[in-house]
Amino acid sequence: MWTWFHRLASPPHFYRLAERWLPWVGVAAAGLLAWGWIGGLVFAPPDYQQKDAFRIIYVHVPTAAASLSLYTMMAVAGAVALIWRMKLAECVLVATAPVGAGMTVVALITGMLWGKPMWGTYWVWDARLTSELVLLFLYLGVIGLQQAFEDARAAARACALLAIVGVVNVPIVKYSVEWWNSLHQTSTILKLGKPTITADMAVPLYAALAGTFLLCAYAILRRVQNELLWRERRTGWVAELL
Amino acid sequence: MDANFWHMSGYAAYVWGSFGVAALVFVWAGLAPRRRRRELLDSIRGSAEDV
Amino acid sequence: MTKRQQRMAAIGALVVGLGLAATLGFTAIRKNMMYFYTPSDVAAQAPSADATIRLGGLVVAGSVRRGEGLRVAFTVADCESEVPVHYEGILPDLFREGQGIVATGRVGTDGVFTAQEVLAKHDEEYMPPELAEKLTDENGKHSCAEFKRVVQS
Repeated sequence: MWTWFHRLASPPHFYRLAERWLPWVGVAAAGLLAWGWIGGLVFAPPDYQQKDAFRIIYVHVPTAAASLSLYTMMAVAGAVALIWRMKLAECVLVATAPVGAGMTVVALITGMLWGKPMWGTYWVWDARLTSELVLLFLYLGVIGLQQAFEDARAAARACALLAIVGVVNVPIVKYSVEWWNSLHQTSTILKLGKPTITADMAVPLYAALAGTFLLCAYAILRRVQNELLWRERRTGWVAELL
Repeated sequence: MDANFWHMSGYAAYVWGSFGVAALVFVWAGLAPRRRRRELLDSIRGSAEDV
Repeated sequence: MTKRQQRMAAIGALVVGLGLAATLGFTAIRKNMMYFYTPSDVAAQAPSADATIRLGGLVVAGSVRRGEGLRVAFTVADCESEVPVHYEGILPDLFREGQGIVATGRVGTDGVFTAQEVLAKHDEEYMPPELAEKLTDENGKHSCAEFKRVVQS
């Protein structure tokens, strides 16, 4: 098992593996996103209360879910990077931050565009919205910290620490709507028991969720490849590649 | 597509605005690392030839 | 312990410590993290007349009376208490009887809540109009579960 793990962590091996997987991930992401978006915009029925405004769910929920999942992944990569000093984990950490920040920005903006017509306001400082904004600042902090260092390994170690410290914010975002009174409604799909959305609305939502996660996977794999190329630019396997 | 579709029961600006922002960021997420990779490969190739 | 185990223990301790600190901190300021008070909170502990608070609850069916211009009066309730509300201004699209709302304003000496702003709070259920028609009962279909009491009486 450990030999498999070490092989995966070796830069040239991972680079080639990613190269093989990337076209499939990209095609699947595009296909699922097209399915989810067209299904959500065209074929899903309007909501009984929110009419067509509810369609924002097809971009808001997947990006918000990705913003939390990617942060968790980033913190795990940070822990692996600190404990095992694994280079690949450092690359995953710095590759995830900009993608996660992008997802958080989309979640926040689409949330505001959804809040204005439905709630009656773009923004309120309630627990859910505020903690999601803190999540964006954590991502930006990791990106800024990484750029503040000359040495890539020292930068990754500092980022890892910040990512791990910030992970306490993830359950706060997720459970804020249950712990506290909030203007934001509770979770529709990521909860135990029956989802509170009908199937003709839910199926495109699951497709959009899967598509968004695959797009993130695509972007992160590509960024990990770039990071590996740059760090190992003086090694034999990169020269061989050119 | 009929006018109702683009109208989105009066929420057109919010719905299309949301999907527009998402589309922009998604395209950026997919394409930015590809461009960076071309730059990287060029610069690594360039410095290799200098040696 | 090897160096690696030391690092593992340090990071584990860091996460556990931060989690503990966050839990204690948020328990202590739980009330301040609440975005709004419920009608039961107002009943249990009337806020002072000059304090601006947020009141969240369901608009009682049959309680909405429109006045001149944009004036409107209605009653907000959770499952136990009710508070009458007066408001003058534009209501959000989702405002209707049985709907959850959050109003910002003051409780007067007469017990009437005068709102400066009314926001709609919708639930997490999505369904096509035809299905909603079938499911609607007289009490409205909102539950009170999403209104958590701040003041424990």
